[in-house]
Amino acid sequence: MSEHYDAIIIGGGHNGLTCAAYLAKAGRSVLVLEAAAQLGGLGATREFAPGYRASVAHTLPQLGRQLVADLDLEGHGFRLANASLPTIALGQDGRHISIGDDSLLGVSAQDEAAYGNYRALLQRFAAALNPFWHKCPPMVGSRGVKDMATLGQFGWKLRTLGRRDMREIMRMMFLPAQDLMDEYFENPLLKAALSWDANVGSKLAPRSPNNAVLALLYRMSGDIGGDLPLPAGGVGGLIEALAASAGKHGAELRIDSAVSRVLLEDRRACGVELANGDLVSASTVVSNADPKTSFFKLLGARHLDVQFTHRINRLRTDGLVAKLHLALDGLPTITGLERPDGRMILAESMQAIENAFDRAKYGDFATQLPMEVVIPTLHDPALAPEGKHVLSALVQYAPCRVSGGWAGRREAFLEAVLNSLVRYAPAIREQVVAIELLTPEDLEAQFRVTGGHWHHAEFAIDTWWMNRPTYGASQYRTPVEGFYLCGAGAHPGGGIMGAAGANAARAILKET
Amino acid sequence: MPLQAKLQSVDSISHVETGVLHSPFHSRTSALNINQQWSVWNGFASAIYYGDALLEYFATRNACAVFDVSPMRKYRFQGVEVEAMLNRMVTRDVTAQKVDTVAYNVWCTDAGRVVDDGTLFRLANDEFMLCCADPCLDWFLLSAVGFSQVEITDISDAVASLALQGPTSCALLKAMGFDGIDHCKPFQIMRFPWNGGDIMISRTGYTGDLGYELWLDPGLAEPLWDALFEQGRVFGIQPLGDESLDMARLEAGFIAPDVDFHGALHTVELHHDHSPFELGLGWIVNFKKTHFTGRAALEREKASGNYRRLVKLDIEGNKPAENSVLYADSHCRREIGYVTSAMWSPVVKANIAYGLIEAKYADGEIWAEVYHQKELRWYRKVARCLKVSKPFWSPERAKQTPPPDC
Ligand SMILES: Cc1cc2nc3c(=O)[nH]c(=O)nc-3n(C[C@H](O)[C@H](O)[C@H](O)COP(=O)(O)OP(=O)(O)OC[C@H]3O[C@@H](n4cnc5c(N)ncnc54)[C@H](O)[C@@H]3O)c2cc1C
Repeated sequence: MSEHYDAIIIGGGHNGLTCAAYLAKAGRSVLVLEAAAQLGGLGATREFAPGYRASVAHTLPQLGRQLVADLDLEGHGFRLANASLPTIALGQDGRHISIGDDSLLGVSAQDEAAYGNYRALLQRFAAALNPFWHKCPPMVGSRGVKDMATLGQFGWKLRTLGRRDMREIMRMMFLPAQDLMDEYFENPLLKAALSWDANVGSKLAPRSPNNAVLALLYRMSGDIGGDLPLPAGGVGGLIEALAASAGKHGAELRIDSAVSRVLLEDRRACGVELANGDLVSASTVVSNADPKTSFFKLLGARHLDVQFTHRINRLRTDGLVAKLHLALDGLPTITGLERPDGRMILAESMQAIENAFDRAKYGDFATQLPMEVVIPTLHDPALAPEGKHVLSALVQYAPCRVSGGWAGRREAFLEAVLNSLVRYAPAIREQVVAIELLTPEDLEAQFRVTGGHWHHAEFAIDTWWMNRPTYGASQYRTPVEGFYLCGAGAHPGGGIMGAAGANAARAILKET
Repeated sequence: MPLQAKLQSVDSISHVETGVLHSPFHSRTSALNINQQWSVWNGFASAIYYGDALLEYFATRNACAVFDVSPMRKYRFQGVEVEAMLNRMVTRDVTAQKVDTVAYNVWCTDAGRVVDDGTLFRLANDEFMLCCADPCLDWFLLSAVGFSQVEITDISDAVASLALQGPTSCALLKAMGFDGIDHCKPFQIMRFPWNGGDIMISRTGYTGDLGYELWLDPGLAEPLWDALFEQGRVFGIQPLGDESLDMARLEAGFIAPDVDFHGALHTVELHHDHSPFELGLGWIVNFKKTHFTGRAALEREKASGNYRRLVKLDIEGNKPAENSVLYADSHCRREIGYVTSAMWSPVVKANIAYGLIEAKYADGEIWAEVYHQKELRWYRKVARCLKVSKPFWSPERAKQTPPPDC
């Protein structure tokens, strides 16, 4: 082993790059090893058809200004193509609802008034929770000063909401989305669209209890633009800026460098072995891969205790979101919509979403598939040849392991997806030049994320904060000395925000 | 990595009718059990004593005696990753264990608390048998998560087993035609063709004396028993029940599950489980080997020195200190622990016991508050206890190869 680094980061997803940039900025020597031919993981902007580009993650509701400033991402080329996309709840009859940061069009006066209250309340709650996404969670059962302080701050922060709000947030946090929507609104289309962000990416539908409202508040954590910023160049635009920033601080970034295992000496992580057999040594090894990959494939159960291993094995990692990229030779016409330049939610009611979920729960998929559609090329024409367009859609729900296997059911699923689109854009099939459909199983294979899961492991109360991904590994450090987690499977979870990477870097800098 | 429980079909649970299961030796053990005194061990009828517990006990110390260990749970571990999997589960170094040897082991939770103890038989490079008093398959399956190609099978009902223990045991086996058994070293395994089948013999046991355990196909059980008792007559053979075995194991320094300790998965209250250090099993916790479950917790515990001690006690007087509370002073002011097992030992001629003592009193005086009865009237006595470091009973012959007199 000739090469030695202070830290090796396995995986060049946005969290790995963020962690690398912070560590390098603090003067550490850092090597990022990315298995793919491109940096960015689920945030990479890829050419999916000649001349057409898209990234799996497409919007940035969770990204914070702090990260952008700390790493001077704007100095490294990061731009928004649109600071805030409105959300448009598409009606099949061509009567749509438009939900902007400060406006709501197409609903009753009652719903409009309710929306003002609803939004103000949620924004207060989201702001109260926000600091906690960006802090290392306390340790369960610890009486350490820092851990007590973090716990104390959490309580205090909630207290500053005032007694009424505090009681209200405790009541609301774990509600099913449907309960929250029914409490405030009457319009089914509006309720379906507003419930979307509470459930997307998790094994949740409007009626699911556990943590939908918490997930919704988490999705509201960003502050780089309005509610729904769209990056220029796809999320890959952000990735390039992160990579440039990390590189400027001296981090070395290598693609086509799959790590096959973490090396240990005296039960301490001391380097990695690459798939090509190369060995690189490091004082600290940080994994951006999901927890199951990190602990089972990269480290190996033999280096971990039985019950800890069991908890990692039991993490729910089956993704339910499929990604569709269409290359279009023109702008599609959506019935009743002047310009499809917002984020369009295709779900007529919460019941329709629930129905699709029910099929997926049992390993199947519905014929009507709810989705979130963005046409990024309207804001960022460079993503397609001139005059052409890209349609980027999150499709729910696609079971990770479909009964019968995806090989035999891809076509039927794609048909269901296109049919669901055609109901709103009748002529769209004729405009399609190329299609990329990524089922959770495809995401798993192509992006090395177990189950193709949005959060690397379910974002839920049992895997939240001090339990993320599980106790024993929730402070970014793991039971194996010198081995850290920095990906979406660590606190706070998935979504493009770099918090896991930044928090991990802070934990590493404090401890090593 | 699926976890699966294989449940028996309703039809196969025959003991629902009879109340108890019968071991492969039952036709013979029940004929000898003249008092029909049975306990139930893992659902099987197990003799408490056959005729007279003391007579049986003296046979293990002066001649030989046979205990039916078939109700013991036996598991086969097979596959390429099985050494690594077991090594990460138990506290001893499995990679250093040679084929055809046996090693006493414990396995712990992540917190370093004992789940259970048992004997690990290495049958081949990639094949082991693990024997324990109680079922433990769920823990083994959990311990196999993350290892590929590890197959764990409950072979309890496929293997009949007998313990033949006592000073004449080797001579008897030789007389039966198990040539070369006198060269079998303690914790070694030998195999013999016998009566058209195979018998595996290990030099192991639970009495602390010279002794062997025989592992065989249930079809050979009755002929083997008959042969043992026919040839064994001149070697003083007796059947051995639970009561006399319990005396022998206490003298030998062996702990008993659910008597001296509770498995960590079966306790409800905090600290009612035990670490290996508390149970005096520090000698089988190997920190020189690679990672094993509970290691970090055990390293911390050892370094702190703050753990209770299960100590061997020689107690003044001759009244067994059963269920006694232990104190640091003869006035019984400072309670420091309690007795887990106690007896008057006929061979050692001493009043012996195990006591579990709080860490900080482990090196001080120990007094037992002993209650005993005379003609239904209770008497109380506070007896001084002396700590003993070696097993109460460990004759040279138990370690010698070849053993004497065979
Ligand atoms: C369909 C879908 C749509 C989404 N849409 C959005 C969205 O619009 N907005 C949003 O904010 N979030 C979205 N998300 C969530 C978001 O994409 C993820 O939570 C986020 O990308 C996680 O980032 P990460 O850096 O932790 O991990 P990843 O992006 O998964 O990166 C991990 C990296 O590690 C690499 N790796 C793994 N194993 C190895 C190895 N052995 N050796 C070397 N490298 C390795 C992988 O190749 C990968 O590049 C979406 C998720 C999905 C599945």
